[in-house]
Formats: sequence, C-alpha cells, structure tokens
Amino acid sequence: MYYTKGPVVIFGVLLPLFLFLAFCIGRNLSSEFLIAGLVSITVFFSSTSVSPAVAPWEGQMRTLERIISCPVDVKTIILGDVLASMAFGFIISIAPLLIGVGIKTFPTNVPVLLGGMAISAFCFSSLGSLISAYPSNLPSTIMMISSLVRFPLVFLSGIFIPVFKLPLWGKALAYASPLTYFTDIARYSYGLKPALPLHVDFAVLILYSILFFALAVKLHEKAILVRIF
Amino acid sequence: MRAIEAENLKKRFGSVEALKGITFHVKRGEVFGYLGMNGAGKTTTVRILTGIVKPDSGCARVMGFDVSEDTLRAKEVIGVLPEVSNAYPDLTAWQNVMFTAELYGMSKREAEKRAEELLREFGIYDRRNSRVRGFSKGMKQRLMFCMALISDPEVIFLDEPTSGLDVLSARMIREKVLELAKSGKTIFLTSHNMNEVNLLCDRVAIINRGKIVVIDTPGNIRARVGGSVALEIRFDRAVELPAEFRSKKVGDKYVVYTTDVHEAFCSVADFARGAGVKVLEVNTRSPTLEDAFLSVLGVVN
Repeated sequence: MYYTKGPVVIFGVLLPLFLFLAFCIGRNLSSEFLIAGLVSITVFFSSTSVSPAVAPWEGQMRTLERIISCPVDVKTIILGDVLASMAFGFIISIAPLLIGVGIKTFPTNVPVLLGGMAISAFCFSSLGSLISAYPSNLPSTIMMISSLVRFPLVFLSGIFIPVFKLPLWGKALAYASPLTYFTDIARYSYGLKPALPLHVDFAVLILYSILFFALAVKLHEKAILVRIF
Repeated sequence: MRAIEAENLKKRFGSVEALKGITFHVKRGEVFGYLGMNGAGKTTTVRILTGIVKPDSGCARVMGFDVSEDTLRAKEVIGVLPEVSNAYPDLTAWQNVMFTAELYGMSKREAEKRAEELLREFGIYDRRNSRVRGFSKGMKQRLMFCMALISDPEVIFLDEPTSGLDVLSARMIREKVLELAKSGKTIFLTSHNMNEVNLLCDRVAIINRGKIVVIDTPGNIRARVGGSVALEIRFDRAVELPAEFRSKKVGDKYVVYTTDVHEAFCSVADFARGAGVKVLEVNTRSPTLEDAFLSVLGVVN
C-alpha cells in the first residue's frame, strides 16, 4: 500500500540512482567500488523511505487510531512499519546487484553481502521510524526532516570518498554513521579492502539497530497521542 | 456483572482539565448513552475506556480488565466504531475487515467466515472487492461496523454511529444496535442525536466540563425538566421572553417549560397583550430528551 506512494518512489528509488549517477559519471573508478557504493546508497535510501512516511500517513488517515484501539502494542506497530520498510529496502537493493552482474562485477562473498544488507535494512528502517517520531501528520514535514538527516550521512559514510582518505574530524563523523559500516561490508563483499574488521561492522550495525528501534518505540509511544488528537 | 467501570477518572491536557473525576458503571447487556457538548470530555472518556489514553488517576475496567494495567486483554473484548471513517481507502472492504481480524489475532479461516457473515449482514458483500475510496459515507459506516464486530466483542463503543448518514443507513445501524443489545452485547453510545439516544439507550449519562451531571434512564431525565409539560408558542414576530419564563427559542417558536399549563398559558397571554404581539399557535408536548439535556446543562433560561 505504501510502496507505490510518490515520496517513497522518489526518495527510495529514483533519488539514490540519480545521486549515484551524478557521482560516478566521468570518474575513473573500479566497477567494484562503484557497485558497492551503489548498493550502499540504495539500501540506505530505500530502507529509510517507507518507515518515515507510514506514521504521518496513518495519523492523517486516522487509521492509526483504529490500529491502537486493537489489541496490539506500540512496539508491535513500530516493528511492523520497520519490517515493511526493511523488506522494501532489501528488495529494491537487489537491483544494483543485478546491474553489477550485468557489467560482470560479482560479489566475492554473497552470504556476507546479503546478511549485511538485511541487518542494514533493519537498522536504516529503524532510523527512519525514529525520524518519523516527530509528532506531525504531514508526510512532507517528516520527509524534509528525513532528508536533513540522510543527505549528510551519505556524504560522510565513505561511499564517495573512502574513510581512510578523510581528515581526522571526517573520520570521527564517519564512524558515528551506521552507513559507514554497511559501506565497509559492501566493499569487503566486492573484494575491496575494508576499513574495519567484518565482525566490528556487524556488531556496530546490530547495536545501532537496537538503539534506533528502542528509541523509536519510546518516542512513538508519546507521539501517537499527539497524532490522534 | 458490570461490563464497564469508571472510577474517579481524571485527565489533564496541559492546563485543560478534561476529566474531573468521572465515575459510572455500565451493566452487561446495557445500551448506555453518553451525552455532552463538544469538548465536554466524551472523547477523552472513550479513549481511556478503549485503552488509547491512560488516565492521570482513577481506574477503568472493561469486562473486569483494567484498561491501564491489562490494556491488551481489555482491548481484546472491545470493538470500536469511530465517528470518522478510519478504514484504509486504498484497501478493499474485504482487506480492511481481514486486516482488523489479523490485529485481533483471529485465525484466517475464522476471520473469513465471520467477515463474509458480517459483510452480507450489512449489505456490502457484493462490494467486498472494491476499494473503500469509492464508497459512500453510508457504505463506509457499514464497513466500519463490520470491522468493529469482526472479533465478536463483548463491549462495543459507538461514536456518533449515524452522524451524516442517509435515512436508510441510519435506520439499519439503529436496528443493528438493538439486535446487538438483544444478543447480550454491551453498547456504549456517544451521540448528539437525542432522538436516537432516546430510542436506543437503557440509561444515559450527561457529561459537562469534565463532570458527570446526571446518570439515569431517558424517561427519568426527561422528567427532570422542572415539570412534565412544554408549552410551544408561535408569535407573529420575534420577542424577548422575560427570564421568569423557563424558555428557549426553537426556530420561529418559543418553548416554555412548566408544571402548570394554565398558569403558564395565562402568563404568556398577559405578556403577549402587554408587548402587543399576537399568539398565532399554541401546542403542549412532553419535554424531549434534548430539552432535558439543555436543562441539565443549564442552557435553558
């Protein structure tokens, strides 16, 4: 129901593609570096495009009040939103993998890549849900806040410039971003040298997932009351 | 057994005290009307009883389940029909009902059987595969009723169930309410339609500024209007009736409440002579629930 909504298609499918084209056209980069970057951008944008939109839409349509009058708790509702967003992010992110196959760029470690994509999609969906806890029923307001968070993260997460090439302050910011860790996993999966050990990337993504999800549930419990009034 | 128990419920939103200690009980199988002006605290009460909002203090139980402590169990035994349609417009009628069934944890087979029964009963089975976006208000309301009843709840909260509906749909909904009550379901009805409340409810509570001002049967509440007769008078022009008449203006008529028709009639005639106005029409009737409602809230002079 939400996957075909305008903002979801624009922010989740078209935007990462155009952003990536703007970055790579005219630059002499290896196909592995490009595809790993494209996978990272796609997982990030598509996973964070559904969950921020659901809460304001549900509030606007008053369906939120129906759901919360049924015997389900806020945690379950948020988990549903996050899983829906995660599924969208995961499925859309198959496309860059296929583009890679088309240009004969294959991942060297498929299980790690798919595992990383699944955990990252959950993590980024939870981040999207956390952003949507801002108590507004206007999807445009939430999407604007979401863009304010997402764009800086894309530029700080080693997708366009590898983390080791960043200045110290840049490295500090990069390591605060969850996207950095998935980008590292994606690079590793395409046979490139990762900046961190693989288990660190996965551990940080899991920790961020727990943190974002717990915060999202906590904040939505308060925001829901504002939304229904 | 009591189906709904509200004990000294208090709720504050910022500086606004929405509920100032509400206490009432609804018996099992009863149709209980809940009346009040806009902003009186009706919606807040319903949201507390349906587990959506927690009270600041006090206690509410539905079928014995504390709505604050045992929220999910309490929600399992209730069905809610909101005033404004909150079905998903992009889903079909069937998908909406089935989705609600899923939220109640019903098995697919059980849900399908019940959904078919309800959609047939409410006359929208033929449109089950149409998106709700194209439904009329009456059809949406019937669908909402199906969604509220899918889990076969013991207690049903109806918020303005016939508001804005065509005569046929409104009549159908009223008949369903009576059928449900007959089958032992408890109905908590909030409405502005006094005639509807009068027809459907066993007892009525009137809430004003966060406080219950009266709980009684519709008949007893009507009898509280300072007497049992309303004198309906039409003059040849608009007048300002003196305050000693307990009156209100309704359209081009004036309604005077009295216990002594003769005395009231003579006083009105004296007033008309004094003011130089002609009496064109005089009728007597029993006060309606609406008269009683306004009287209880102190709206009548």
